[in-house]
Amino acid sequence: MKKIGVIGAGIMGQGVAYQFAKFDYEVCLIDISQEVLDDSKNKIRNISRLDMLVNREKGPINPTATDNIRYSTDLRDLADADFIVENIIENVDAKTKVYQELSEIIQTTAKVVVNTSCITITRIGSLMKHPENVLGIHFMNPVHMRPTVEVIRGVYTSDESIETALKTLESVNMNGIVVNDSPGFVSNRVLMLTVNEAIFALQDRVADAESIDRIHKECFGHTMGPLETADLIGLDTILYSVEVLYHSFNDSKYRPAPLLKQMVDAGKLGRKSGEGFFKY
Amino acid sequence: MNNQDQIKEFIQKKVGEKVSFSNADDIFKLGLVNSLFALELVVFLENSFGIQVENEDLDLNNFRSVDNMNDFVAKKTA
Repeated sequence: MKKIGVIGAGIMGQGVAYQFAKFDYEVCLIDISQEVLDDSKNKIRNISRLDMLVNREKGPINPTATDNIRYSTDLRDLADADFIVENIIENVDAKTKVYQELSEIIQTTAKVVVNTSCITITRIGSLMKHPENVLGIHFMNPVHMRPTVEVIRGVYTSDESIETALKTLESVNMNGIVVNDSPGFVSNRVLMLTVNEAIFALQDRVADAESIDRIHKECFGHTMGPLETADLIGLDTILYSVEVLYHSFNDSKYRPAPLLKQMVDAGKLGRKSGEGFFKY
Repeated sequence: MNNQDQIKEFIQKKVGEKVSFSNADDIFKLGLVNSLFALELVVFLENSFGIQVENEDLDLNNFRSVDNMNDFVAKKTA
């Protein structure tokens, strides 16, 4: 396997593109917006710099990794890709459009990975001519610092596709834990409910944001508290993920906290906007 | 404000007013910041002191403490 296609040049797409480029894969990074692509070039350079800063002690890091990435606005450039990772917005309509187009373009053997934390893989697979080649990988952020990922088997995903994905991950020093397709898989089903409940606790004035996070860090030994985690992920993404769980299960336990909705309306999206539950 | 104070102020803003640390303290080892902050430090030093941090400079040791960063900036602007 040689050529990796990465669709969507946002934070996750940047991280995935870098991780494969670092291990000498030829990467083609696609986005509909040229502006986003231009911006991602800079961001990927910074990911590479952070990698050198943090991981240098673990072994030499190729400083020219970013040269392995080609940037394009044309999905047709993925016609010869062997392994495609899609990272666009977590929105079923937007994803549907991309997959319908992609299905006409790619090789019949290409593996297609939905990088998602909440959209069902089976539904995406049903849009493709070869649903057996479609699987999910829930990459964590930042990709190069979180080597373990959730690998999701859809109803139609073949064993061979899962095996190829695990081997491909291994080739870039990552490892996958295989789970079955279900809304939110394991990670988001548990994490989003925890974050949402932490926001309810803040809203109900049980404790302030700092105390809520300190309890998780100092009592439980977590590296980050739930509110700091929410700020890192982005509150708009959190709200969207909680809403997906709510609609998927039709269970009121996943209803989003009103404070979360209000903060998103106010543009307080966390780290990326400079303010969320904490200031940056 | 000298370079040292400027660097300290930047970190102080990040960790909050209540946290105290010295110019010699390893801010990563003390757990005041996580490793993601290292890149923010690099960009801050580049923008504030007009230096270019090259690939070979990307060693965490250059950014562990206010003193280390001050030495690094002095070396780059010498």
